[in-house]
Amino acid sequence: MIDLEIKEKLMSPQEAVRRFIKNGSQVAIGGFTINRNPMGVIYEIVRQGVKDLHLVCHSNGQALDVLIGAGCVKRVEIAYGGNGRFAPTCVRFRKAIEQGDIEFEDYSNYHMSLRFLAGTLGIPFIPTKSGLGTSLLDVEGFSPVLRKERKVAAKKLVVIENPFDENSHKVVLLPALNPDVALLHVQYVGEDGTVRIKGLTFADLEQAKSADIVIVTCEEIVPRSFIRRDPDQNSLPPFLIDAIVKLPMGAHPTACAYFYDYDVSHLNLYKKVVKDNQRFQDYLQEWVLGVANHEEYLDKIGMDALLKIKASPVLGYAPGLDRR
Amino acid sequence: MAITAGKLIRNGDILFAGTGVAMLAATVAKRIHAPRSVVFFETGGIDPSLDELPMAVADSRVMSGTSMNSGLIDAFSIVGHRKLHTIAFLGAAQIDKFGNLNSTCIGNYWKPKVRFSGSGGACDAAALASGFIVFMQHEKNKFVEKLDYLTSPGWLQGGETRRKMGMVRGGPMAVVTNLGVMKFDDQTKEMYLAEYYPGVTTQRIAENTGFKMDVSKAQVAVPPSDEELRILRTEVDPQRLILGEGLG
Repeated sequence: MIDLEIKEKLMSPQEAVRRFIKNGSQVAIGGFTINRNPMGVIYEIVRQGVKDLHLVCHSNGQALDVLIGAGCVKRVEIAYGGNGRFAPTCVRFRKAIEQGDIEFEDYSNYHMSLRFLAGTLGIPFIPTKSGLGTSLLDVEGFSPVLRKERKVAAKKLVVIENPFDENSHKVVLLPALNPDVALLHVQYVGEDGTVRIKGLTFADLEQAKSADIVIVTCEEIVPRSFIRRDPDQNSLPPFLIDAIVKLPMGAHPTACAYFYDYDVSHLNLYKKVVKDNQRFQDYLQEWVLGVANHEEYLDKIGMDALLKIKASPVLGYAPGLDRR
Repeated sequence: MAITAGKLIRNGDILFAGTGVAMLAATVAKRIHAPRSVVFFETGGIDPSLDELPMAVADSRVMSGTSMNSGLIDAFSIVGHRKLHTIAFLGAAQIDKFGNLNSTCIGNYWKPKVRFSGSGGACDAAALASGFIVFMQHEKNKFVEKLDYLTSPGWLQGGETRRKMGMVRGGPMAVVTNLGVMKFDDQTKEMYLAEYYPGVTTQRIAENTGFKMDVSKAQVAVPPSDEELRILRTEVDPQRLILGEGLG
């Protein structure tokens, strides 16, 4: 029995995007490069034509690239835009920066994770020793004018002397992040709304806890008795989640540990078309805009392709998958 | 390259691997040279079995057979942990004579000629680990006098500058390329040629290096054994996922 309190959080990806993602929203995308990207919701954002998103990213891959390529993004704060061997640098991300199409600010992965953590803890900034001596400290991507805008920190970072030890050295202070929305794709949500992530959590937990709104798409909604039997395995409590979307294969073509591997054929197809503007637009038309919903998308991917990437529930990936 | 780098690892080291050749090298080190070393990834996978080669640090293969699965904050707390001897394996687009790395852009930062992925965890690992090893293709436009952007800190301006900046440990130990192995002078922290592969000349290396580098101390490297090559090609990367890119 699905808890009453959860019923109103259960919704379609269409409704989740319509209700919670606005033009100009600051969005944190869960997962990491080729794993657990919330692609089902990302595609819905593209279909609804959301504009001017401000993405705050550690290492984002496929979701980042599709959103930028579809023209949904105005601004990124980012550590890494890459997709493993499929794209050492995400191509639409690279082009957008080279052509001056988006505003961007560079941090490191630790920086971005710490910024989410600071947002989670409710503290305004957080210190680190990482970045000293580098251009990450010396070079600012955002202009002073842009720094006055909503959800943009007044300064990229601040370097101070350690106030607790006059013989010590400098530390870097990073501004906290509290995104408008965090988008996660996870393996399980209980009927009580409890979230369980299998495999690595990346920075999903900090992203979710720091955000105003949390949208979770999941492979399965499981009985309360199951999710509460082994609570040590659980990741987020129900009351932090605002929207729950049941979306099997919702991370495709990225991987979702214990459910499916990354779809090598599809990512190779993407790699082939992404460099050319027209062919990329054709790809978007064929696989995103011209597809009504997630079910139609999966139909189009096809059972053969989905079976090929089916993960071993023991190993977490598809052993022996041809990954060339 | 992967095998050469593997030999620089002490048995028992804690290895932080980035993507590409770095991942291959860490896997090789663990399989061949330092079986008691532990490989972990910035994504949070600690000591995976690596039965299959991961294609990215977020590959589900880095979560399999692990001692534990965590996340980025945990992984970076290990990189910089004061009790551990951690070695990071990193790649880059440009390197200077003090081992500082650029993986952000070529040209003007705001309107670059070429934009790369950005730091990822490279800056953090270079700053916090006990040491790091760099993998590069040995080309003049990659070994440069001045970086277009300093993403990851090496020995900064050489000498004591890294320590004075506040980094209490770490720094680049070696640069492994398709031509040889570079190390850094203990005092000046300037790069010098330590080893070159059989069939490669010191002159060719000097010609492919965009700054003046001491090649007088260089020795011929011991080539990989048949057994090492067999393990690399048939066990570690049988699909040639990384070897196929000509960087192995």
